[in-house]
Amino acid sequence: MLSVKARLDLEKSALFILMTIPLLITTFLFFTNGLGANPVEAATHRTGIWALRLLILSLAVTPARIFFGWRRPIIFRRMIGLFSFAYALVHFSIYLLFDQELDFSQTAADVAKRPYITVGFSALMLMVPLAVTSNSWMLKKMGAKLWRKLHQLTYVIAILVTIHFLWLVKLDKREPAIYAGIIALLLGVRIFEKLKTAKSIKVPSSP
Amino acid sequence: MLIKVIDPSAAKESEVTDERLYRVREIFTRRDVIGQGLALGISAVAATVLSPAAFAEKVLAGKTFVGQVHDGKIFDKVAKGKNDTNEKLTPFNDVTTYNNYYEFGTDKGDPAQNSSQLKTRPWKIAVEGAVKKPALYDIDDFMKPYKLEERIYRLRCVEAWSMVIPWIGFPLADLIKTVKPTSKAKYIEFVTLLDRQQMPGQNSSILNWPYTEALRMDEAMHPLAFIAVGLYGDALPNQNGAPMRLVIPWKYGFKSIKAISKIRFSETKPKTTWNDILPDEYGFYANVNPEVDHPRWTQAKERRIGELFKRKTLMFNGYSQVAGLYAGMNLRKDF
Repeated sequence: MLSVKARLDLEKSALFILMTIPLLITTFLFFTNGLGANPVEAATHRTGIWALRLLILSLAVTPARIFFGWRRPIIFRRMIGLFSFAYALVHFSIYLLFDQELDFSQTAADVAKRPYITVGFSALMLMVPLAVTSNSWMLKKMGAKLWRKLHQLTYVIAILVTIHFLWLVKLDKREPAIYAGIIALLLGVRIFEKLKTAKSIKVPSSP
Repeated sequence: MLIKVIDPSAAKESEVTDERLYRVREIFTRRDVIGQGLALGISAVAATVLSPAAFAEKVLAGKTFVGQVHDGKIFDKVAKGKNDTNEKLTPFNDVTTYNNYYEFGTDKGDPAQNSSQLKTRPWKIAVEGAVKKPALYDIDDFMKPYKLEERIYRLRCVEAWSMVIPWIGFPLADLIKTVKPTSKAKYIEFVTLLDRQQMPGQNSSILNWPYTEALRMDEAMHPLAFIAVGLYGDALPNQNGAPMRLVIPWKYGFKSIKAISKIRFSETKPKTTWNDILPDEYGFYANVNPEVDHPRWTQAKERRIGELFKRKTLMFNGYSQVAGLYAGMNLRKDF
């Protein structure tokens, strides 16, 4: 039998490797002509999609507890969130390097002028405080209540990322619409739960 | 593709006379070091199985144009066009796997995957409207009057990427002179085949099918306006618009309609597909213009396929000789 600590370490390592795989594959394919005719575009899309998928995964942790009673994933949520941020950072870096050639003033102008980039960049910026405070030390320093409040920014980020995706596609909105649907569901579940709890609290106070 | 054909007999390039062989080599030779390292390994295996000539023939066999259009020869001896650019050609593999052709799906890899079922013979072309002799032609009869030539053109997509493609075909002006539109004809309209079985993308309502494009007559008569029936010395692959497509090098790629089944001359401006569905984003003229951005992204730069960094987009995609067609027009309004 594994000790509790050994089991946790093992699971964390496995998850770490698992979440690194898409990046490794994309990097490998990029350098071996495996990403097709437009490798920069493909790498941008892949890293962006994985940032979104991991964000969704982190948002699925709470509903998983509510509906299936799964408590274990909560331990990994911060790590999943950090990986989502890492993918978003790589996603933005590819754009900064290959589309903007590290010209920061031009990038700033582009971010300000193109609505889909504005919302995408805003989402990335909002992820920064979450990444910075994602360690236990900060959690303790801030106190659970404030920390949780801050990390509810994830909901805003999810909505911004959805808009970013919907606005950037040329015409075929089916793929971003699927992700938007999943995010709407995951956020909707929370609102539903909140209303239910509020109601159940009210009931005893009524005569 | 990562295959580089290695010549085991170490023959000099100059000893290989068939130009198509050169092209096949070019196709399989990619730019980066790691890729080439891998390619060496793969090709070493390939070379033991096949001689390069046999290998090239084998590769070509699958898509060789078996001369249904012109006297039984592959198009390797057509005249060189007058408007060739000396820029590096985009590799054949990229030209034929990265396509916007929603009739076969909206992903750029979809057309290469889903278009093999399209039957391009027999193929009918209808000529209608303000024209002396409206008729329904068989494509081979339709093409008989025209002398084929090769034109190497830049292609600039509205999505800010570009290619350099060696097309085979004939000037659109020749076609117009042959079918003789009447004096009423102010516009020429092209319509893609409508066939939901062969073009599965048409089952989705993403665009209003069939795809339609149009030009003003003076634009259509410009010597750069071209009808392509082949590329890279061969017949057009299905994913590139077989059997016959339009190529207007100074306009965004979506104007260059594929798989033409109807040509109509009209007095009034026809509806065109992208302009009809998103008029704020895609203009009727759609001239390449680095100063007029797409509402959602910049058109000042483009990524040439095969390059990592972007390059500056040129006015009229570098074909400044067409500027006269738009003299006095506000290209910001008539984008």
